[in-house]
Amino acid sequence: MTTLTVSRKRYLPILATLVMLVGAFGFGSARYDGFADSQVVLNLLIDNAFLLVVAAGMTFVILSGGIDLSVGSVVALSTLVSAKLLGHGWPAPVVILVVLVIGASLGLGMGAVIHFFELQPFVVTLAGMFLARGLCYTISVESISITNPFFTYVAQTPISLPGGTHVSIGVVIALVVVAVGVYVLHYTRFGRTVYAVGGSEQSAMLMGLPVGRTKIQIYAVSGFCSALGGLLLAFYTLSGNPLHAIGMELDAIAAVVIGGTVLTGGSGYLLGTVLGVTVLGVIQTLITFDGTLSSWWTRIVIGALLFLFIVLQRLVTRRTR
Amino acid sequence: MNTYARLVKHRLFWPAAALVLLLLGNFVASPRFFAVQFREGHLYGSLIDILRFGAPLILVALGMTLVIATGGIDLSVGSVVAISGAVACLWVSRLGDQNSLGGTLGAVGIAIALSLLLGACNGFLVSVLGVQPIVGTLILMVAGRGLAQLITDGQIITITGTHYRDIGGGFVATVPLSILIALAAFGISSLAVRKSALGMLIEAVGGNPEASRLAGVASRRLIWLTYVFCGLCAGVAGLMISSNVSSADGNNAGLWIELDAILAVVIGGTRLTGGRFSFGGTVIGALLIQTLSTTVYTLGIPPETTLLFKAVVVLAVCLVQSPQFRRKFARRSRRSVPVVKDEKVEVTL
Repeated sequence: MTTLTVSRKRYLPILATLVMLVGAFGFGSARYDGFADSQVVLNLLIDNAFLLVVAAGMTFVILSGGIDLSVGSVVALSTLVSAKLLGHGWPAPVVILVVLVIGASLGLGMGAVIHFFELQPFVVTLAGMFLARGLCYTISVESISITNPFFTYVAQTPISLPGGTHVSIGVVIALVVVAVGVYVLHYTRFGRTVYAVGGSEQSAMLMGLPVGRTKIQIYAVSGFCSALGGLLLAFYTLSGNPLHAIGMELDAIAAVVIGGTVLTGGSGYLLGTVLGVTVLGVIQTLITFDGTLSSWWTRIVIGALLFLFIVLQRLVTRRTR
Repeated sequence: MNTYARLVKHRLFWPAAALVLLLLGNFVASPRFFAVQFREGHLYGSLIDILRFGAPLILVALGMTLVIATGGIDLSVGSVVAISGAVACLWVSRLGDQNSLGGTLGAVGIAIALSLLLGACNGFLVSVLGVQPIVGTLILMVAGRGLAQLITDGQIITITGTHYRDIGGGFVATVPLSILIALAAFGISSLAVRKSALGMLIEAVGGNPEASRLAGVASRRLIWLTYVFCGLCAGVAGLMISSNVSSADGNNAGLWIELDAILAVVIGGTRLTGGRFSFGGTVIGALLIQTLSTTVYTLGIPPETTLLFKAVVVLAVCLVQSPQFRRKFARRSRRSVPVVKDEKVEVTL
């Protein structure tokens, strides 16, 4: 009986998110014509594919009890590096590889500093945020457009689905990332260690788990995901811009938290993050459909939601303790 | 030798030395750097400019110092800066006579009251609900930009009131008013903190909140207080920034200032983990950052690289503060074996 209530408690935040998602969606489809159109739902994925990938990486970090503030800047850096290199005539596969390696090594470096010098993750990733954004500005202060045939192909080729709807290739990539992420988190040694480190770093260490290596790897994963998210954004906008994704780290953190991952680490699900991203997407769509609300309402609503969910988390964790 | 060693060991030595070096570098690059002119009864010059444009940063960093001393962090200061400027400008722009002193004071009062309220919200989240400070203040950071734009209706509000412009650009007895405000804030807060037990209690809470609570320190109330103070400082800084340009921009006012403020506090020798803090160090840190920005402009380095500079500085300062780094470094030099040259320093991400 007690185990049942405890495990039920654990699902409470994610259930609340689900209820809210259904509620928001029901509200939208009752109020606006064409809201429940399946293409609108798929557009939500198309518009937020890059956020989904970044939030997936952020989930790993938050599950381990850390935080990564550098994601937005790394996304911007990735779009800019791809635009610049493609502009110099580099072949697309090489560019993609270079971007992913840059992202992963930035993450690796931050993870190493966090682990070896026991600095707080948020300071180190804050420095990483400055660094990546600074690199962006040194590469270019203006938007660079991408004309590479491969990139435009990926950007403009729809994948048809039954019912006359379609998704972009970016969505498929994002879903693959999520699937791989779920597999890694739940069926590999690395994934179990991530949860263990988030639950209690000291216990994990006493259990003989490779805490240091895992922590460094987690930030490398997050860096890699940010770089991949940047590539998806580059596909989506066909441009590299130093002003891309400013404040995106907040969206990613909000998605993870709304998705039910506890900020102190150790508890949460990657699929919850998918729900979180969807909630953010539905809010955006609602505000666009309304037409009278201005875009800054998105920020306010996201802030309010974040507040609600954090309070909910506090209540839940306090009870179970 | 002894005094020399003590001087080097003083925790403000390195930040102060860096500041002096940077100023000297500027002097070498342009010999007129130190010239302070007296024109039309006002003081002018590069040094005065650094102080004047550094005043908002000093204010925000002072508030941030106390929050960090309790082991917290306030990411929302940039948004509070934007909101405070927006509210004040909106109020002044609605006045029948924008030059009326009473109306301007009213605007200032409302903006400050609102900033206090926002600070109290942050404090409530952190101290009563026990939310992690990064996340608790992140909420206001996200929503606050939206609120500021809601207040200005997405526009940039421009005003013409001369009294309001005086907050950031006025002069009192030849000295710019903003410098005086920052100086007063520094003086008053230093006195309040060091001439009473307040500073010691805050350091105790930062050092070990649980232990100090058991020792009878009202740690919850103290933490709350520091966030309110931080909100107040950010609000006044917001007034200054918007008054400098006689307009309120919900999107860009105070953008990145939270990072500069945290940087200033860290350079000033206050540890991010809480505990001991130093207002003097913070002021030196803020001036260092402002001088760095000015240097970048006067030397004609592309301003885009400032962020890179800052990233390297944050990382270097944090590494120097890290006990693990020091230990590793010290062990190497004591062994005095020419091991591979400390490659850890070069791990610049």
